[in-house]
Amino acid sequence: MEETFFKGLMIASVATVLALLVGIILVITLRGASSLNLSMLIQTPKGGYYLGKEGGIANAIVGSIYLSLGATLLSFLFGLPIAFALQKEYTGRHLSNITRLALDILWGTPSIVYGAFGFVVMVYFGLRASLLGGIIALTLLMLPIMTRSMEEVIRMIPFELKETSYSLGSTRIETTLKVIFRQALPGITTGILLAFGRGIGDAASVLFTAGYTDYIPRSLSDPVASLPLAVFFQVATPIPEVQQRAYASALILMVIVLLVSIFSRLLGRRFSRYIVR
Amino acid sequence: MYWRRMKDNLAGKSMFLAVAFANSIVLLIAFGLFMKSRPILAKVSILHLLFSSSWSPLNGEFGFFPFIIGTLEVTAIAMVLAIPICLLSAVYLSEYAHRRFRELVRLVVDIMAGIPSVIYGLWGIVVIVPFVRVLGQAFGHATTGYSLLAGGIILAIMISPIIISVSTEVLMAVPMEARETAMALGTTKWEAVKHVILRSSRHGILSAVVLGFTRAFGETIAVLMIVGNVPKVPASIFDPAYPLPALLANNYGEMMSIPLYDSALLLSALILLLVVSGFNLTAHLALLRTERG
Repeated sequence: MEETFFKGLMIASVATVLALLVGIILVITLRGASSLNLSMLIQTPKGGYYLGKEGGIANAIVGSIYLSLGATLLSFLFGLPIAFALQKEYTGRHLSNITRLALDILWGTPSIVYGAFGFVVMVYFGLRASLLGGIIALTLLMLPIMTRSMEEVIRMIPFELKETSYSLGSTRIETTLKVIFRQALPGITTGILLAFGRGIGDAASVLFTAGYTDYIPRSLSDPVASLPLAVFFQVATPIPEVQQRAYASALILMVIVLLVSIFSRLLGRRFSRYIVR
Repeated sequence: MYWRRMKDNLAGKSMFLAVAFANSIVLLIAFGLFMKSRPILAKVSILHLLFSSSWSPLNGEFGFFPFIIGTLEVTAIAMVLAIPICLLSAVYLSEYAHRRFRELVRLVVDIMAGIPSVIYGLWGIVVIVPFVRVLGQAFGHATTGYSLLAGGIILAIMISPIIISVSTEVLMAVPMEARETAMALGTTKWEAVKHVILRSSRHGILSAVVLGFTRAFGETIAVLMIVGNVPKVPASIFDPAYPLPALLANNYGEMMSIPLYDSALLLSALILLLVVSGFNLTAHLALLRTERG
């Protein structure tokens, strides 16, 4: 009797969660699709765009891609060595546990804090809101996500594989680069794409660091627009046409994020054909 | 041979640098924010800042109390809504669901966790805000819908993925023998779940809840879009509130022109960082303990 009651509650809860995702995707798609057109995708805002006239949000789409690609590259450059270094050949158990904890804390840090800190750093170095500033703040956000997920995969690799490599006379770095890297490649790709997906959707960290502009940036010191902020600013205007475009922008952002997520699953599965089990 | 050894040595040293770098980021962020918030701490006592309700940057009054209450209340609403649904889901997934279905829900939860917060905010404007407006009218509160309750609902949805995935994992980590032993003693499945499985994984579940709490505490954009942003202690859940992260996000543009304003705002960022890190630390230490024992 009690079991039936609670089982009913459980099924209702799971159904609620499933319904919420479907609801979110459905509402954003329906509201966004009606005002989505080609000029949204390929034009930058023309004069009077924010009053409902001609133009598109190509500035934000390209800006977001620049920002997250730059930050992905930087996070990868710092993150992969950290993930490798947490193996026990390089770092003792205590230090690597502390480092994992530090990365977990960073993972949980609100992105607005990264935005604020990024701003402090920029003021210190005399930079203004720019592509570079945005990339730095986003890197801080993405680094722990990428590193932790790559490290989890590297840690799962059976030690026998390393022993085999060592017994053939290879050094630690040779084993790391030639055996571990290959073996962890599916996980590394998933980690990169996971971080990319988080980065491209984050608004709070780029709010003060990247600025916003109607143009596509030409250099690292130009301010840059981004999709999440395009949604955020457009929905805050009182003009209905512009608000409609916020939904279209949100749809574009959501499609990018969902594609990245699907792509990472497919890629992970494909790459994992080539690993030793 | 010599060359290979040297390369390995060099690699070992760079690896150490990488680890040192990873560890220094947290400290660097805390230090940077602390240095920036020192001017205001030197002038006004921290207790006064935390418990004063008068917010008037132009007159040099920086009372964080309404914002702190706003953050706590919106987070509390989110937790009250999210915890039962998430725990019930987690128990269903780990104890009752078919493996296929569990994989499907895991996929759904992963996708939900990846949806940008600005999209949750927009969805909140379309769906939650009108819903709260109607609900408010039904309870006799005239409200625009932009309120504590709306913010809490959207936060509850946003933190569900992490609570569900961590607590499902914790429940699945309970050894099969525990279930078998309980049921061999004649309990029903539900009794085994209630008395054995939930009890033995209570630390892990608590960590899942704490992780959800920290996410809710620091979430900015989605809440900012629907919580109303009025710097006053809200009288009911249908009133607007103004959480700390929203304060930070809304006032960045003008803060440089008013003395001490930037210092006050960066102090609020430091408070956010310290609170969230503190809770994260406890949650992770508790998770580590359950993994070992």
